[in-house]
Amino acid sequence: MTGTVRPVVRAPAGVLSAAGDPVDPADPEMVALVADLFATMAVSPGCVGLAAPQVGVPARVFVVDVSGHPKARTCHGPFALCNAEVVSASRWEKGREGCMSVPDLTGDVRRAANLVVAGVAPGTGEPVEIRTDAFEARALQHEIDHCAGLLFLDRVAGAHAVYARKTYL
Amino acid sequence: MGELAVTVIGHDRPGIIADVAELLAGLGMNLTDSTMTRLRGHFAMTLICTGDPARADVEAALGPLGADGTLDVAVRPVHPEPEPTDDGQPYVLSVHGADRLGIVAGVARAVAEFGGNVTDLTTRLVGDLYLLVAEVDVPASAAERLTERLTGVAGVLNVEVALRPGEADVL
Repeated sequence: MTGTVRPVVRAPAGVLSAAGDPVDPADPEMVALVADLFATMAVSPGCVGLAAPQVGVPARVFVVDVSGHPKARTCHGPFALCNAEVVSASRWEKGREGCMSVPDLTGDVRRAANLVVAGVAPGTGEPVEIRTDAFEARALQHEIDHCAGLLFLDRVAGAHAVYARKTYL
Repeated sequence: MGELAVTVIGHDRPGIIADVAELLAGLGMNLTDSTMTRLRGHFAMTLICTGDPARADVEAALGPLGADGTLDVAVRPVHPEPEPTDDGQPYVLSVHGADRLGIVAGVARAVAEFGGNVTDLTTRLVGDLYLLVAEVDVPASAAERLTERLTGVAGVLNVEVALRPGEADVL
């Protein structure tokens, strides 16, 4: 399915701070939304993940693709997950994050570098378990946060851990 | 030996810190703790220095820095502070939302009411988005009630608030 590029919502839009609703993975609208998320991510330079609230839909679904990123170790390629939850998280490391919904700031955030996430695949509804690390783990936690109505701003490490973005990709 | 607080605020340009530090060193003033940043493009520096020179001599030495009107320099004596007591748990407070009057006032008052002490603070306005990140020492017994209070304040201000334990020293 070919998706449509949607406008990306920016903070302080309320939808970014609302917990998303669980989705029905078989719902055709949800499947179309996933295609739109992929299409929007594809035309957004540097984008490695996009969650439904970022295109204005308060739903627990997101896409991730860290293929080719220099900080990625384990990489599952492009994939989408519905109703994802963190099963286990360990080896916490601080790293600099940005977000298309907060385009002018970056921040240092502690995330687990070893991560297991459980969710379901859009369309089939099959249970999916993702075991990953490093950059892909960070991207997953960032997107799962979006689905819970959280931004990286909610987790910055301290008063001097917020920066004006210097490089726009 | 006296302790002086120096503030330098104004138009940013290369060399302000070098000028201030050289002038202080030339007087024999030892620069101890300092912080400098740019606030909406304005140069902003606060420092503590110690030494024998009188306040008037330091003011006279730094005076030329402000002669062209682009920098405001102030020197004032301060009394040495005791070591801070370790009676609070470190938290990071994050607040963000649409810019409006009174966000910092409302949040900071709530923190103060529960005995929380702000030890570091940054605020940023980018577009419509207002962000406050504060490091706060909170009495252990008050953290839960402060979180409830902040949630109430955030609701009134229509902003998001998160109070999370800060990082502890690991070694």
